Amino acid sequence: MSAPATLYVGFLVAAPLAILIAYSFWTQTYVTLDKTLTLQNYRDALADPLVRHLLLRSIMIAGAVTAVTVATAYPIAYFIAMKANKKTIWLLLITIPFWSSYLLRVFAWKLILGFNGVMNSALLWMGLIDEPLTFLLYNEFAVVLTLAHAWAPFAILPIYVSLQKIDPSLLEAATDLGNSKFQAFRRVTLPLTIPGIIAACLIIFIPTVGDYVTPSLVGGSDGKMIANLIQVQFGAANNWPLGATLSLMAMLSVGFVAIVLVITGTALGKRIR
Amino acid sequence: MSRPSKLTIYAFAYLGFLYLPVLFLPLFSFNSGTIVAFPIKGWTLDWYRKLGEQDALIQALWNSLTVGLIAAVLATSLGLFAARAFVRYRFRGQRASEGLVMLPLVIPGIIVASSMLVLFLFIGLKPSLTSVILGHTFLALPFAVSILKSAFDDFDASLEEASYDLGVGVFETFYRVTLPVVAPGIIASILVTFTVSFDEFVLAFFLSGNQPTLPVYIWGQIRFPAKLPNVLALGSILLLMSVLLLLLAEYFRRRSSSSK
Repeated sequence: MSAPATLYVGFLVAAPLAILIAYSFWTQTYVTLDKTLTLQNYRDALADPLVRHLLLRSIMIAGAVTAVTVATAYPIAYFIAMKANKKTIWLLLITIPFWSSYLLRVFAWKLILGFNGVMNSALLWMGLIDEPLTFLLYNEFAVVLTLAHAWAPFAILPIYVSLQKIDPSLLEAATDLGNSKFQAFRRVTLPLTIPGIIAACLIIFIPTVGDYVTPSLVGGSDGKMIANLIQVQFGAANNWPLGATLSLMAMLSVGFVAIVLVITGTALGKRIR
Repeated sequence: MSRPSKLTIYAFAYLGFLYLPVLFLPLFSFNSGTIVAFPIKGWTLDWYRKLGEQDALIQALWNSLTVGLIAAVLATSLGLFAARAFVRYRFRGQRASEGLVMLPLVIPGIIVASSMLVLFLFIGLKPSLTSVILGHTFLALPFAVSILKSAFDDFDASLEEASYDLGVGVFETFYRVTLPVVAPGIIASILVTFTVSFDEFVLAFFLSGNQPTLPVYIWGQIRFPAKLPNVLALGSILLLMSVLLLLLAEYFRRRSSSSK
């Protein structure tokens, strides 16, 4: 009985992918679509420094976002799992802001970080700065900050779940055997939460590479990512075959990095132990 | 009370960071000045009043409500059967099937959007609300399945068996036993999937053609500084609505998993 749902998703994954692949071997000449099979799009894309640059930057930014989000979220997950009295309330409090439109949250960050925005005007008003800070908006910093905010619960929850599963007697055993609290954390808690950390990394990294809204609104020209270029191909440039090629290249790079992430993460987890 | 630890202070500071953007939108929507900056000039409800006068906005709202409602019902119906099968039966290809249903959660939005645009045009479906509905059903399905799976987890299968033993048919059992018991889960799923669709932007941006949904309409307004206060007022209403809908969903979800 899961067939309808599986078929629906299967069809909407497989069919677009098949047509996307087909498109990537076709070419666009002005308004007509040339259906002769060719590798021209791939050659063009690989030879274009802009494509390489944007693809690399998307992966770097997604990597930075993943690292920042997981590093800042870990203590929160730890706090909720190990210290907080009212776990349910904390979990609810953490997820509520993310029940609102992603577009609106990114837009709010644009208003906060802008040259004449909330942050600058507040700092000026309080007399903490003499002129507006310019490094806040339209750069990679703004993109990383906004996305680290957007993905926070997706990092906190999987890490929380893996912390929750730890048997407290393991930690007691570690301290009884002469480990300091920090050593016990490093040698017991951290290795046992590696699966949660890897899950968080994947959940954040994969969609971030292809994010469109954040680089468009707060990225400026320094923060543009591959999704912006893909959108241009499907929109203004009207070169769908190239857009399809770029989509596939982005997908392949994401898949490759994700696999590397899982392998190194697992290996790291074994080494710490 | 002992002195709060560093970790506790960090937790509260982080909470502040999480709430910063969602609190500033409503705050400045009441600002009578048109620039979003401190100090706040004065308080007004004008921006909210002006919302009702904009026909394009009302049209976009209707589009979003239509899409959200249909996508929610479709995703929840598909999810209902899938979730029941996943929880109740063990079958060949189950893990693959469960994994596939969750896939929409992890594919980058731009790739889903561009590939669906290509597919729909290929099969002759012009960008329209119909294509947005099909796309949103796809995106919302993982949410429906995971909510309904937990509803079926707590469902005692012997209730259905008793019904069969008493000579009630498959369909009647479904209506008279299964549906009422998982009803809170179904309501939670509809609320959540509706909100997913209602807030979704990228897919609608690619697929809606000249029938914008509310987020696509907002995207068009963001570029004009003069429209800013209106967007703030509209955005604040939407924020509040999403949060209320999902709190309601959470209430039903808990009811579904506590009623044994």
